[in-house]
Amino acid sequence: MPPTVPAAFEAVEISYWALSPMIVLLVGAFVGVLVEAFVPRGTRHLAQVVVAVGSIVLSLAALVFMTETETGITVGGTIAVDGPTRFMQGALLVLGLLGLLVMADRLGGDTADAFTPMGAASPGSDLEAQAARRGWSTTEAFPLALFALAGMLLFPASNDLLTMFVALELLSLPLYLMSGLARRRRLLSQEAALKYFLLGAFSSGFFLFGAALLYGYAGSIGLPEIAAAASTSTGEFEGLLLPGVVLVIVGLLFKVGAVPFHSWTPDVYQGAPTPVTGFMAACTKAAAFGALLRLMYVGLETTRWEWHIGVVVIAALTMIVGSVLSVTQTDIKRLLAYSSIAHAGFIIVALISFDRTAVEGVFFYVVAYGVSTIAAFAIVNLVRERDAEATHLSQWAGLGRKHPWLSGSFALLMLAFAGIPLTSGFTAKVAAFMPALEHGGLSGVVLVVIGVLMSAITAFVYIRLIVLMFFTEPTGDVTVAAPATLSLAVIVVGVIVTIALGVFPGPLLELAEQSSIFITR
Amino acid sequence: MDNMPWLTLLMVVPLVGSIAVAALPSRSSALARPIALGVSLLTLAIGVVAAATSFTRGSDQQFQMSEQHEWIPQLGVSYSLGVDGIALSLILMALVLMPICLLAAWDDVPEGGGREKGYFALLLLLLPFMVGVFAATDVFLFYVFFEAMLIPVYFLIGMYGGERRQAAAVKFLLFSLAGGLIMLVGVIALYLQGPGGSDGFLLERLTGLEIGGNTERWLFVAFFIAFAVKAPMWPVHTWLPDAATAARPAVATLLVGVLDKVGTFGMIRFCLQLFPEASQWATPVVITLAVVSVLYGAILAIGQRDMMRLIAFTSISHFGFIVMGIFAFTSVSQAGSNLYMVNHGFATAALFLIAGMLVARRGSKRIDDYGGWQRATPVLAGSFLVAGLATLSLPGLSTFVSEFLVIAGTWSRYPVATAFAVWGVVLAAIYILLMYKRIFTGPPPVIEAVGEAVDEAVAAGDLASSDSELQYIRADIDEGRRPLRLAAPLRDLGLREKLVVAPILAILIGLGFFPQPVLDTLNPAVERTLQIVGVSDTTPSVPADAGSTSGSDH
Repeated sequence: MPPTVPAAFEAVEISYWALSPMIVLLVGAFVGVLVEAFVPRGTRHLAQVVVAVGSIVLSLAALVFMTETETGITVGGTIAVDGPTRFMQGALLVLGLLGLLVMADRLGGDTADAFTPMGAASPGSDLEAQAARRGWSTTEAFPLALFALAGMLLFPASNDLLTMFVALELLSLPLYLMSGLARRRRLLSQEAALKYFLLGAFSSGFFLFGAALLYGYAGSIGLPEIAAAASTSTGEFEGLLLPGVVLVIVGLLFKVGAVPFHSWTPDVYQGAPTPVTGFMAACTKAAAFGALLRLMYVGLETTRWEWHIGVVVIAALTMIVGSVLSVTQTDIKRLLAYSSIAHAGFIIVALISFDRTAVEGVFFYVVAYGVSTIAAFAIVNLVRERDAEATHLSQWAGLGRKHPWLSGSFALLMLAFAGIPLTSGFTAKVAAFMPALEHGGLSGVVLVVIGVLMSAITAFVYIRLIVLMFFTEPTGDVTVAAPATLSLAVIVVGVIVTIALGVFPGPLLELAEQSSIFITR
Repeated sequence: MDNMPWLTLLMVVPLVGSIAVAALPSRSSALARPIALGVSLLTLAIGVVAAATSFTRGSDQQFQMSEQHEWIPQLGVSYSLGVDGIALSLILMALVLMPICLLAAWDDVPEGGGREKGYFALLLLLLPFMVGVFAATDVFLFYVFFEAMLIPVYFLIGMYGGERRQAAAVKFLLFSLAGGLIMLVGVIALYLQGPGGSDGFLLERLTGLEIGGNTERWLFVAFFIAFAVKAPMWPVHTWLPDAATAARPAVATLLVGVLDKVGTFGMIRFCLQLFPEASQWATPVVITLAVVSVLYGAILAIGQRDMMRLIAFTSISHFGFIVMGIFAFTSVSQAGSNLYMVNHGFATAALFLIAGMLVARRGSKRIDDYGGWQRATPVLAGSFLVAGLATLSLPGLSTFVSEFLVIAGTWSRYPVATAFAVWGVVLAAIYILLMYKRIFTGPPPVIEAVGEAVDEAVAAGDLASSDSELQYIRADIDEGRRPLRLAAPLRDLGLREKLVVAPILAILIGLGFFPQPVLDTLNPAVERTLQIVGVSDTTPSVPADAGSTSGSDH
């Protein structure tokens, strides 16, 4: 199919309503930049938080009040605003809001507690105070987060590979920056940012190269056209398909942290400021799975027998490596990073079952996991020893004696990660494994069996944390940062949602079911 | 009264009670124990009223008191409850044991305050799960109760247990969780075999599917492993001795007496009913494992030095009998197994709780640390003897009836296996009587006042003179055995402890002489199970010849 070049550029139809959630976020981000420049230092934090929260809420409102007539394919076929897009965008906005609130927590200081005004200044030092007086404040994290969130919203909506690439970059670049802004353990944070940037740049390169190969194969970068090429292709460029698919999928699997593209995850999760880690773990994963869903179900579904087995192997590896390595971790953030890798594996199991119920499973899983993980990282952020984050496991010993409610919440979130019934994690696992058993064939059954065995292993890890918090004598002088109003609010929401999705998952499953049909053209 | 949601009520009342206990302000935490006891008694009363008014024996419905509501229609899950005779008996057993255990646990948390509140709230929290797991008639709902129940038990062992409690709690949880997760695959795969839809997990939808072939066998294995871990059977029993030793006696009682019954109950309700063909296919292996459990548990029990561990191993032996009776597929053996589940609950409760009273007095679980207590604490010794005799199935006590039924029923189909298993009865006599002898016989312990060393010869002299006043006790019987030395005089059973022991012993003796009411409740359910499996009894009037009953034809 030779590419057709239009005689002249024509203006495309743009449904601004359909794009409004993203537009609102981008406008909010630009306003944030202006606030950064013109609002005096004393009120800047408040102004930024108000702008950020306001944009997210407005964006959510735009999404909710969008009617069916305004949705569909728009901007010349490059963006698809359909059920899956809207579900993912709604989920991302809610998760983003929760993540942002944790970031905004001042914990009794003048400005957001987690970010440093100056990479060289240790927390509480004169240098830091000086930097703050100069107005080198830390509030730029909020516009950055809004930019990233806008990219994430675009990611699952992109209906061609180039838009997907733009979204990938838009969401990644701010995250690279934010990973390096940690106020404590700054070297680790800067190292994490560099690693994340380098490996992320590689993966973007892979994605772009794969997109080029797929363009060569199909004569178009549009996902529906690539799918159609499977039946219309003359076989001339057949050899480009598999390398193209592999490279594109690698680019996306890097973002979800699937093995063997996971090596950045533990370092970045550990180094980044803890609220940013929670934001990344929940939102990046959700957005990337949204994009993977569209790529696989719209673009590559027709050719899936060519590449399916490869992803099966990746899913198995992801679950096994994530679970087994989480056993040996001694740092809570690294532990949660490996656990997130294992969870990515569970989601991939659902992802490659190719059924409507599989889409629902992925939807439910990313929401359930996202809410729990943001709350979990919010708790990690609050546990301090002499004002530094107490991330080593030994520092968590006996936390339950002194702070029963916080530790109890963390224990509940861990039980949800382990997939104990009556928590969201269990429903999510069932929703993910059911389509795999039903439509996955033999490979699906094998993956599910691996999945439950690995769940048992990760359960051991989470249970050990509970043992540590509740059944062990406290050793050090570990405290909980206070006052942490915003963080506590997010934790409460996280705990309530975790239980609610375990006991009454019906409404969300219903919504996921209604949103599970892709529009292709 | 027929429309009352009895079973939901049986779960809601203790759940509310548990939350109320947990939410008590810390200055009135002394109220935790009476509130918990009151709630458990109220639940028992509701259970009795429900059984009396809404349950008919021999009804043509499989499940009575049934309730059904949509829960997660998207996944095919319903909130569906109902009981047959087996489930009702087990629920009533749990309801009776709960106040007894609360009473036995009265002084378990001496420091009071928040810890005490938590302990009694968690104990009470077990009740809704126990009722739910036996009453669920939706496979998914059963699984939810089955797995969620682990968490309160885990905390009860891990936070309130004795030595090595963390390791025991983790081991317990991991064994159960691993078994349960394998079952989860089976549960989902079973749904996909069934008609599906918004109520596709209902037991009635999944019964009689005739899946057949390898699929059915794999499903059976997935379910059976979970139940074998729970029951527990050899070789996946290793968590039980640790958990029972580390847990408080009351928790151990509920764990072994009630929660482990979920394993054997699950085999009847799910393995047999859902996978009849695969159950018969697996019978030779299961019977073999059961016989190994019987003998292994009994032999290891003889060698134990820790009395809680010993009791745990006796339970492994008894669970072997129960499983053997279930998989012998005769109405006699199955009725025996079901009755055994109820009886074992009470007999083990008696042993654990009385052993707990011994430990509370001596502060040690080692059998060697006792001796001669019979003459110091006669009521305690007598109760222990009755409980022990119930465990070794003395005629006249309830366990005899069930053990006899299991053995008689299994003999007609698997004589060789039965011939091995009956040695379990003999070994039971050895471990119980040896334990009794070591703890209670011999010279009575000498009381040493603090700081005042009693001369040994004088003590011996005192002993002889006091003994000579007792008739029937020969003075020379204690020769060569040094009396135990204790710092404080021993108390015999107090009022609270008598209240704990009396109902259990009354039930053990009562059911020993009149098992018929319970058997009448169980039998219709047993008949139905056998009907579903499609096995008819071997005719008992024809003497079994070696060829037809070798057991190899299954």
